[in-house]
Amino acid sequence: MITVIAIVTDGLVYAAWLFVVAIGLTLIFGVMKILNVAHGAFYAFGAYAAATAIGLYFDRGWPVAGGYLAIATAAIAIGLVMGYILERVFLRRVYGRDEVVVVLITYALFLILEDVLILIWGTDGRSAYQPYTEAGSFTVGGLPLSVYDIGLVGFAGLLAIAASYTIKKTTFGRLLTAVIYDRETAAAFGVDVSRVYTVTFLVGAVLGALGGALTAPKISVTPGLGVEVIVLAFAVVAIGGMGSMEGALVGALIVGLFRAGAVHLIPQLELFSIYAVMALVLVFRPQGLFSRAQPRKI
Amino acid sequence: MQRTSVRACLARKVSAALLLTALPVAAVAQTAPTAEPVKLGIVSFLTGPAAGPFGIPGRNSAEIMIEMLNAGKVPAPYATPGLAGAKIVPKYVDEAGSTANQVTEFRNLVQRDGVNATVGYVSSGNCLAVAPVAEELKALTVFFDCGTPRIFEEKPLKYVFRATPHATMDSVGAARYVLKKFPDLASYSGINQNYAWGQDSWRDFVAAMKALAPKATVDKELLPKLFAGEFGAEISALLTTNSKIVHSSFWNGDLESFIVQNGARGLPARSTMVYTAGETAMFRLGGKIPDGTIIGARGPHGVMAPDTPLNKWFRGVYEDRFATAPTYPAYHMAQSILGLKSAWDKAAAAKGGQQPAIDDVVKAFEGIEFEGPSAKIRMAIGNGHQGIADIAYGSFRFNKAEGKAEIVDVVRYPAECVNPPANMTSTAWLEAGMPGAKCN
Repeated sequence: MITVIAIVTDGLVYAAWLFVVAIGLTLIFGVMKILNVAHGAFYAFGAYAAATAIGLYFDRGWPVAGGYLAIATAAIAIGLVMGYILERVFLRRVYGRDEVVVVLITYALFLILEDVLILIWGTDGRSAYQPYTEAGSFTVGGLPLSVYDIGLVGFAGLLAIAASYTIKKTTFGRLLTAVIYDRETAAAFGVDVSRVYTVTFLVGAVLGALGGALTAPKISVTPGLGVEVIVLAFAVVAIGGMGSMEGALVGALIVGLFRAGAVHLIPQLELFSIYAVMALVLVFRPQGLFSRAQPRKI
Repeated sequence: MQRTSVRACLARKVSAALLLTALPVAAVAQTAPTAEPVKLGIVSFLTGPAAGPFGIPGRNSAEIMIEMLNAGKVPAPYATPGLAGAKIVPKYVDEAGSTANQVTEFRNLVQRDGVNATVGYVSSGNCLAVAPVAEELKALTVFFDCGTPRIFEEKPLKYVFRATPHATMDSVGAARYVLKKFPDLASYSGINQNYAWGQDSWRDFVAAMKALAPKATVDKELLPKLFAGEFGAEISALLTTNSKIVHSSFWNGDLESFIVQNGARGLPARSTMVYTAGETAMFRLGGKIPDGTIIGARGPHGVMAPDTPLNKWFRGVYEDRFATAPTYPAYHMAQSILGLKSAWDKAAAAKGGQQPAIDDVVKAFEGIEFEGPSAKIRMAIGNGHQGIADIAYGSFRFNKAEGKAEIVDVVRYPAECVNPPANMTSTAWLEAGMPGAKCN
C-alpha cells in the first residue's frame, strides 16, 4: 500500500513541476509558433534570481512566509525583463521567417544566456533551501511527504485552472485563440497581433522563470540547470501536443506517474520510461494527444 | 570520477529534443627543453556544474603549486625551484565540452602549444578518451582526479600516470567503515548516478560488502540520471525499506539537492547516509547534514589529512589565497604536480642535473614513491603508473557552538587494505574476497 501511495504522490509532485515548466513553452509555441529553446534560460535565470532573493531575504531574519513572496517576485521580475528584451530586440525582427530560423535564434540565445548567467552568478552552486526545509513535512500512510512538494501540486492545479479560465472566459483569451487559429485573419479583424505576441512571450517567460524559482529551494542551483529541463519540457509538450495547455497537463501527468512507477518498481528503467511513453504516444498520435485540427488554407 | 559537462551534452540533447518535437597525425615525440621553461598543460573544469566543487579547486591548487614551486617555496622535499630548476609555465584549459572536444584540445596542447606535460582531467570519460591519444603522441600526461579503475586495467600505458588512487579504494574504505559502525548490518541500499562513476562505485561497494558481510542484502538499488536534481521518488523508495545505511557516491549539485530533500522528509532518521564524496558539500551545507552521516573525501584529504608540515603549508597558502579550505580535488591536483616534480627531479638527478627527456621522466615516474600533502603516494599498481595511498572515513558532526562542520571518529585505512594488488584487477580482487588485504 505504501508503494502505491508513494507512486501516486511522487508522480503528482513530478508532474506538477513538469507542468509549471512546460506550460510557458507550449503557450509560446501555440500562439507564436516559436519553439523557444531559450525557455531553459528563463528557467535557469528564474532559479538563480530566486536563490539570490531567498538568500537576501533570509539573511535579514525576516519571517519565513515572506520568503515565498520573494520567490514569486524574483521570478516575475526576471521573467518580465528577459522576456521583454528577447522579444523586442531579437524575436520581433524574425517574425514570419521560417520556423527553423527562429528555433536557431532561440538556441543561440540559450547558449549566450548560459554564459551570461555564469558572468553574473559565477560557477559556484547556490543554495536557498529555507523555503523548502522550513515548510516541514507530514505523513500519509507511513510515508513522510514534504509540505512544499504538496504545495507545488496545489500551485500547478491552480495554474491549470487559471490558464483554462483565461483562455475560455476572458477577452484576451479569445484574442489569443483567434491568433492561434489564424494570425492573418485575426489581424484582418483588427486584433493587434504584435501586442498579443509581446504579452504571450512575457507570460511564457514569467512561467519559465517561475518554474526555476519554485525549484530553487529544493536543489543546488548550478550552471547548466536549464539544459536538462528543456529536454524534459519538450518531451511533455510533444506528448500533449504542441501548443496545447490541456496537453501539457496530461503530458506532465503521464510522464510523472510513469517515472514514479519506474523508480519504485523497476528503477533501472527510470529514464527509459519517460521517453518510452513519449515514443508510444507519438507512434499512435504523431501530433500529440491534444493537438487541435489544423484548418486547411486555400 | 566521470562527469558530464553542460556543453558536453548540450548540442546533443537540444538537437535530440528538437527532432522529437519537430518530428594522419604524426606522433610527436616530446623532449624537454634544456634551459628553457617547462610548459605544463593544466586541464580542469573551469565552467559548468563540475567547476565549482571540482574544477576550480583543482585549478586553484595548480596555480598555487606552480607559483610556489617556481619560487622554491614548497617545503622539503620539494624546496628546489621548478622542475629540476626549470620554470614551470602553465597553460590552463577548460575541461567543459564534449569528450571529442577534449581530445582535440589535448592534441592542441601537445602539437600546437608544445606543452612538455599535461596534468588534468576530472571526468573519467575524458581520461579514457585522452589516454590512447597521449600514448599516440608520446605525451606525458598525469590524470589528477578521474576515478575509473579501467585506465590501467584494460591496457598497459607508457606515457600516462595517475598519482591519485582510483575509485575502488573509495568503495572498499566505505564498506569497511560502515561495518565498523554497523557490524550486524542486515541490509543496505544505494543511490548513485546512472553513469560510469556512479555505477562503478555501487558495483565495488556491493562487491566489498559481499566479501566482508556476506549475509547483508541489498534492499534498493537506485540509479537516477546525472544532474537529475529532483529525487522525491527515490527518497520515497528508500523510505519504504528497512535499510540501516544508504550508500551514495553523489557529487556536486545532486549531492546537495539529495541531502536537503532527504533531510526534509526524515530519511536520515531511518537510515544512516554514506557519502563517499561528501567532503565537498559538508562546508557548504553545514548543519543541513545530520550528525553521524558517514563522509569520505576520496583519500585522507581535507579535514581528515594528517598534521604534517607539508599539509599545514598547503592548507595555509590555499586558504590565504582563496579564503576557503582546500577540498579533495585541490589535494589531488597538488599531489599530481608533486608526483611530476618528484619524477622530473629524479630523472634530472640521474643525468647529472641536466634537464631530462620526457622518456627519462616517464622511466623515473614508474613505481616512484613520494609525499603528498595528505599521504604517501606509491605508484605501485598499473605497472607503476597508478598510485595507491591510504584512505580515511569519518562521521559528520556539526559543531553548533562554533557553527563549524567537523569530522569525528576518523579511521584511516592503509593503502594495502583498500587497493588491489599489482597483479589483479579491481573487480577480480573484490570478487575473490580481497585476498592479501593488509589492514593492520
